[in-house]
Amino acid sequence: MSLESLLLIFALAAVTYATRFGGHAILARFGALHPRVEAGLDAVPGAVIAALVAPGIYSQGFPGIVAAGVAVLACFRFSMISSITISLAVLVGMRALLG
Amino acid sequence: MADLRETMPSGSHGPDLQGRGPTKPDTTKSEFMDGLRECLPVLGAVVPFGAVFGAIAVDKGLQPAEIILMSALVYAGASQYVAMELWATPFPYVTMIVSVFAVNFRHILYSASIGRKLHRFSPLQKSIAFFGLVDPQWAVAEKRAASRDLTVAFYAGMAVPLYCVWVVSTAFGVMFGRLIENPAAFGLDFLLPIYFLTLLMGFRSRPRWLPVVIVSASVGTLFHVTVGPPWHVAFGAGAGILLAAIICKQEDAGKQEGTGKQEGIGKQEGET
Repeated sequence: MSLESLLLIFALAAVTYATRFGGHAILARFGALHPRVEAGLDAVPGAVIAALVAPGIYSQGFPGIVAAGVAVLACFRFSMISSITISLAVLVGMRALLG
Repeated sequence: MADLRETMPSGSHGPDLQGRGPTKPDTTKSEFMDGLRECLPVLGAVVPFGAVFGAIAVDKGLQPAEIILMSALVYAGASQYVAMELWATPFPYVTMIVSVFAVNFRHILYSASIGRKLHRFSPLQKSIAFFGLVDPQWAVAEKRAASRDLTVAFYAGMAVPLYCVWVVSTAFGVMFGRLIENPAAFGLDFLLPIYFLTLLMGFRSRPRWLPVVIVSASVGTLFHVTVGPPWHVAFGAGAGILLAAIICKQEDAGKQEGTGKQEGIGKQEGET
């Protein structure tokens, strides 16, 4: 193991940890939050996950979009694991059919 | 799988109160087991993800010890893949560090959001918890915190196995990388997006959920197509968060203030 690659790995680890601790550290400097900031933070999970997964689904093309639609509908009825299984089965089936 | 079902979200109320009879005490052990159950569906995605990373890194010429050290210390799948894309001699230090920061930028939002709910954690426990704040860990913790206090035991019940499996599956990929030739054949390449999609559905009772999701998904996809990754996450999420801040009504805000959501912030200057 070279010293250089070791340094690089430590640097990447430090940058990653900084982002994971940083948001909280910045926020903790402020006292009470403005209601709009609070509303924005409450929207973080939905906003981030939507931005994260939408392009991935879109880039899968038609089978991906159908499988995602099936997963969304399945969530109203079934457990998480069942929904994922159903959705993946639809995806694999469609890929097989569409070649 | 049947025994998992009762703890998984099956309706708009999430997994929170299901599978916990009134006689079951709220012990550290049951909290830990709840966390452990939450991490099971993720492991199916983590194992190939970690193993493929190990295999790619071997291809790039990294030594086994370096690869495993990277998974153990950086512990961030997507940015480790990016680092492998950029791995070359001499090391492009600045490019790699900036790219890893960009890919991990979303963690700043995770940290800001979940940090408000860690009031049961000591400063040291918080520091360790933030190290393990990977995407599924954060999403599951948020969902848990929406219905009850987030405990150290619950967090650890998910974080510890997730971390161990990540490092072990990396090592597995280093040793047997060639065995995973075509994860697409089983739809495994799509497991992570679908997993996050179902998590997203679990948040649907939150205020302003639908408009936020529509805006973030559209802007995220637009940036993914035009500018390219990883900026779609920051801009897509930013658009949705901004929208939520703009359309939030004053009475909503008043209600939120009354629920004590702000506990745990404002008195922690000493830790930062």
